[in-house]
Amino acid sequence: MASLDVTGVTKSFGATHVLHGINLAVEDGEMIVIVGASGCGKSTLLRIVAGLETATSGSIRIAGREVAALEPAERDIAMVFQNYALYPHMTVEQNMAYGLKIRGLPRAEITRRVAEAAGLLGIEALLTRRPRQLSGGQRQRVAMGRAIVREPKLFLFDEPLSNLDAKLRVQMRAEIRRLQRRLGVTSLFVTHDQIEAMTLGDRLVVMHAGHAAQIATPMEIWARPADTYVAGFIGSPAMNFLDGTLAEGGHAVALKAGPVLRFADGPRAGGEGMPLTIGIRPEHVAVAEGGLDLPLDLVEPLGSETVLHGRLPGGEALVVKLGGPAPGQSSLPVAFPAEALHVFDGGTGKRLDP
Amino acid sequence: MRKTIFKGTALPLLLLAPQLVITAIFFLWPAGAAIWQSLLQEDPWGTRSEFVGLRNFAEVLAEPEWRGAAWNTLLFSTSVAVLAMGTALFLAVQADKSIRGANLYRTLLIWPYAVAPAVAAVLWLFLFHPSIGLVGRALNQAGLAWDYKLNGNQAMLLVIVAAAWKQVSYNFIFFLAGLQSIPRAVLEAAAIDGAKPVRRFWTIILPLLSPTAFFLLVVNLVYAFFDTFGVIHALTGGGPGKATETLIYKVYVEGVQNVNLGSSSAQSVILMVLVIALTAVQFRFIERKVHY
Repeated sequence: MASLDVTGVTKSFGATHVLHGINLAVEDGEMIVIVGASGCGKSTLLRIVAGLETATSGSIRIAGREVAALEPAERDIAMVFQNYALYPHMTVEQNMAYGLKIRGLPRAEITRRVAEAAGLLGIEALLTRRPRQLSGGQRQRVAMGRAIVREPKLFLFDEPLSNLDAKLRVQMRAEIRRLQRRLGVTSLFVTHDQIEAMTLGDRLVVMHAGHAAQIATPMEIWARPADTYVAGFIGSPAMNFLDGTLAEGGHAVALKAGPVLRFADGPRAGGEGMPLTIGIRPEHVAVAEGGLDLPLDLVEPLGSETVLHGRLPGGEALVVKLGGPAPGQSSLPVAFPAEALHVFDGGTGKRLDP
Repeated sequence: MRKTIFKGTALPLLLLAPQLVITAIFFLWPAGAAIWQSLLQEDPWGTRSEFVGLRNFAEVLAEPEWRGAAWNTLLFSTSVAVLAMGTALFLAVQADKSIRGANLYRTLLIWPYAVAPAVAAVLWLFLFHPSIGLVGRALNQAGLAWDYKLNGNQAMLLVIVAAAWKQVSYNFIFFLAGLQSIPRAVLEAAAIDGAKPVRRFWTIILPLLSPTAFFLLVVNLVYAFFDTFGVIHALTGGGPGKATETLIYKVYVEGVQNVNLGSSSAQSVILMVLVIALTAVQFRFIERKVHY
């Protein structure tokens, strides 16, 4: 168990810059989820921490010790891979014992640790099998077991759930979280799945084009996204974005779609007429008599809730999420409650606070 | 696989005919003739032949010359297989690393396979001939008494190296393909588990290559048994004395030079049985031992 400090880490492959200076401080026992779309650099960051890639510049410290120049073996980490990367020619038991044998632990200690981890994961019955005789979920558990027995300072997870079917993924997700809490090992978890990120992480790192767009707790990211990218990435269905301009001396926004909305939390700095992007989550759009008329072009009933797609008078798309079954009508009067608005700079996409 | 059902038997037979005819003319007929011939004894002028049952086999197996050739073959094939596979594995491991010019390096390594055995032998002859060979002369000038035409051990060494050199390319291709099919993540997992490169090689890479290695072992043995005739013939002609006479070479000497057709046929039938046994072993194990 240890803290992890990533300072100013950059990575370039030739002229291609993949990471532009990542700073991240992970506390002892914390679970950090790195989330982002494909190609945002999240896996590269994880591999740099693991020592499988070399950073172009920057420093990595595990428990205060600089490890940038060390081999993966010397960093005292364990990693769970997307395709599990089990040793195909070894039994489950040998797979888990391999790292311990290399460390020269006494045989009795190895047996004890393997048995303990197997018990923890419920794979005692599989110890003599080989990986190809296991199902996807079982392989996943063995890969976890191989990481656990090492008792490392740091767990690294590289999209370990993405090869599982939907039901198993939800189950393993909860299991990983429970296990991580119980063992209290500092963990980095990479995923492209925002639900996985929200449910697993103590804090999230939302990566975008080689930058850490925001580092915060899941709820903070959901409630106060740092920019339009983060706002659109976290939350499902994705946040609606509407164009507008600053009005009434910074106290309101004049939407392109028509209405002028007063901010609930105070004025924004900036000149009259400055372009803004207003974000509102589908579940926050209110249905109110006398509101803007939204003609619906698609209704998605999900049972407990309904997702409605429509176009505002100005032509902007709007998604509304309602609790309960689908309404019968072909259009809906909608309103945007002032306290649910997210205000972003129309040019840079950065969040504007009062 | 999809099964196609033909009406009647004429068309399928016609489609199979070219392959069947080739197999019949170039394998079944000569093999059959050899088996029949091995049961006969001809007079020196080839005018009469007499059925003698298994006497040819009994005589061959009792011959000290044949046993000597069998020993030579064992030494020769084992050395060729070990040398060719060892070298190929080393080169493949090097070529698997991401190095500059890897493609060029790989292509160059595959070239020797395209050289005909006799041509390869001539190449080695020009290198190692004691008086005109580049390396041969250098060895003699350095004070080493190098003459494979007189020294049986040197002759054996030379044919082993020349025969192995021819086979390295083939082994290299298979080893490289085997190495590249090992998932990179497995090696990374081993690295994180603390295994240094040498240990990774012995505990992960080699076991995962074992099906390939086993396949190559059989192929190399068969190669050393049968396909090295050209190399031996052009380099040493089985000599000096009978120092490099292998079983296949002895079949040639017996049948073509001594015109003892019965004995020569019996020897080739013995070789045929050997290669059938090797192939059977290969099919049995290959299908079982694949790991992925």
